[in-house]
Amino acid sequence: MKKSVIAIILAICLIALVPLFVLKDAEFGGSDDAGSQVVEQVNSSYEPWATPILEAAIGRELPGEVESLFFCIQTGIGVGVIAFVMGRLVERKKWMKQQK
Amino acid sequence: MSKSHFTRTEKRMIALSGALALAVGIAPIGQAMHIMEGYLPAAYCIGWGILCVPFLIAGLLSIQKTLRERRNLITLLAMSGAFIFVISSLKIPSVSGSCSHMTGTGLGAILFGPTAVSILGLIVLLFQALLLAHGGLTTLGANTFSMAIAGPFVSFGVYSLCKKCNVSKKVSVFLAAALGDLFTYCITAGQLALAHHADTTILGAFGKFLLVFAPTQLPLAIIEGLVTVLIVMGLESYAAPELRAIGYLREAE
Repeated sequence: MKKSVIAIILAICLIALVPLFVLKDAEFGGSDDAGSQVVEQVNSSYEPWATPILEAAIGRELPGEVESLFFCIQTGIGVGVIAFVMGRLVERKKWMKQQK
Repeated sequence: MSKSHFTRTEKRMIALSGALALAVGIAPIGQAMHIMEGYLPAAYCIGWGILCVPFLIAGLLSIQKTLRERRNLITLLAMSGAFIFVISSLKIPSVSGSCSHMTGTGLGAILFGPTAVSILGLIVLLFQALLLAHGGLTTLGANTFSMAIAGPFVSFGVYSLCKKCNVSKKVSVFLAAALGDLFTYCITAGQLALAHHADTTILGAFGKFLLVFAPTQLPLAIIEGLVTVLIVMGLESYAAPELRAIGYLREAE
């Protein structure tokens, strides 16, 4: 059990990090942008008709640092909930064992 | 008698390979997980939005029913939602030289069924559309359909199929999560191709969108499968009563 967990974590890290070291020239831009480039290729006359609501409100593109802030908040909320619930469950198991 | 047994096995094989072919053959699409704001004509935005409504209503009802019967399942539900939050916020570099992120909807689909996940996915998509300039309000319907409805349905289908064929639990979870992830991007490519094929045919556009997304998303789908297996293993050790309550684990200890 422990071994397979470690093996899985290692595999995840490998899959995620290897491209970074192998592809030295790649930009690693976002894939959503790649999608909009293809739209230009196959439908050149198309004009996007809306801008993201936050960008419209501040009148310019969301600065990269701020975007990463929001992404971190999203991760943080998720990790917080998972950690809280897992913590409770782990304690409960201990407590249930003692009861028995 | 042995003959009928044979055909049954055969049928299973056909069903399994068919599902695989569908998911792997069509789906190796990648990663425009979110269609950007303004990138779909208004009619399509509305159309996809309306298409989502019945699923969302079914999802609300299913969540309500689950919680009314067993209030304590809210912890597992919160965890499935939080899992989507985490997984879909991690942008991971891929072999194609661009970054993409996963969907994380497989876990919820396996535990609570595909309709319940549509609500969880919608929450995440709203968060990203409002704060992150990622996806968008106009394309919310299309994105909800691909990520929070189509993907989870495939995950759920693959998982049910594996269960019927007595595939081991971990392998089923892995396949369900990974194929659901791939299929999400497949649908996205289809949605984009439907709306944007002025300079070529629908199929041509579909192929192009697929080509952009497929190589990127394939390794990420594998990661998503592995991560989902990890969290399911964790839940199996610590949340056995809840998993039994939703029928994921059989009664026996």
